[in-house]
Amino acid sequence: MKVALWGTRGSLPSAGPDTVRYGGNTACVEVRADDGSLLVLDAGSGIRRLGGALGAVEGRVDILLTHLHMDHIQGLGFFAPLFRGSGEVHVWGPPSIKADVRSRLGRYLSPPLFPVRVRDLGSRLVVHDAPERPTPIGPFVVEAALVVHPGPTIGYRISAGSRSVAYLPDHEPALGARAFPASRRWTSGHDLAAGVDLLIHDAQYTAGEYESRVGWGHSSVDHVLAFAELASVGRLVTFHHDPGHDDDALDALHQTMIARSGVPVEPGREGMSLTL
Amino acid sequence: MSDHQDTPAGQLPIELILLRQVASYLDLPVFLIDAEGRLVYFNEPAEPLLGLRFDEVGELSMVDWLAAFRPADVDGDALATDHVPLVVALREARASHARLTISGLDGVRRAIATTSIPIRGQGGLLLGAVALFWSAP
Repeated sequence: MKVALWGTRGSLPSAGPDTVRYGGNTACVEVRADDGSLLVLDAGSGIRRLGGALGAVEGRVDILLTHLHMDHIQGLGFFAPLFRGSGEVHVWGPPSIKADVRSRLGRYLSPPLFPVRVRDLGSRLVVHDAPERPTPIGPFVVEAALVVHPGPTIGYRISAGSRSVAYLPDHEPALGARAFPASRRWTSGHDLAAGVDLLIHDAQYTAGEYESRVGWGHSSVDHVLAFAELASVGRLVTFHHDPGHDDDALDALHQTMIARSGVPVEPGREGMSLTL
Repeated sequence: MSDHQDTPAGQLPIELILLRQVASYLDLPVFLIDAEGRLVYFNEPAEPLLGLRFDEVGELSMVDWLAAFRPADVDGDALATDHVPLVVALREARASHARLTISGLDGVRRAIATTSIPIRGQGGLLLGAVALFWSAP
């Protein structure tokens, strides 16, 4: 399995000279099985470049959305395969209590927020509510589960053969916990991440920043390190970098993180590729 | 009294995790069961009415917590399992309210009132039930 990061930024695209090394595009991850089958995780602004890189030969594309906050869907209308006549794009995401994903997504892919409606796209677009049970998609097995973040939000665990990756880009497992981490049984996201080869996880804040942002749905670096150790992951890549953190700030944050981590960890960088 | 060694290993649904977090901050007794009826948590204000700290009790199957707390009506007659409000909430997926007596794990019988509510999550999935209760002598 190969994993490539096309967007690592959280909340807001942050292009500029101060964000060149970690990248300014919002959440988008490419996952490839050994046979070349493709899953795309989230459709932040990073998906535009991924779409351009795919070329015209790609068959079915599956996009797994964790939730419908703008930084995770804002690139969808710029994903080239959606406008090719022969393509087939499947989008998966969390329903709300009263609305399915298609109707929720349609609120963005329609005027006045976007000029093109879902029904006017050139490709065949199939929208699915995220699976409630482990579900095969090509050579992958996809598991989804709700995690702590405002609004319906899911994390994913993706397996192919003996390899696995967990993707929890927006996650606040420490919310309300008297002590964190608690037991595995009482920790949001634990079963998705347990024992995976690679965990891609929200690490938006420093410990100090988190104190004034409790309930905003994100983790401090300390929380993600504790979570990764609790889940016994093989490797951690931090993700969803705060738009206010420039490259130098992220360098400093990650140096302290790497020194303290009980699991192999590296900061997520746009353009990074990993082989599992 | 503890069956910690029998606690299932799997993570609980996020709705139950968040309910526990909220309950841990409330000054109102709260008793939480999962979809199988297993007691998974009661909060600190519940401890004086139940006669022990949760950490001393641990998780209990429905059979075990019904046997431990021995719910009875206000006249002292044992309640049939299907009439216990928390069981009604789980099995019939509806809210249920009653006054009853329970035997605390300290051996003291106490009168309480309780309202029990089913917990439904995404897709209408029944994930458990929660009892709010209070002393009602």
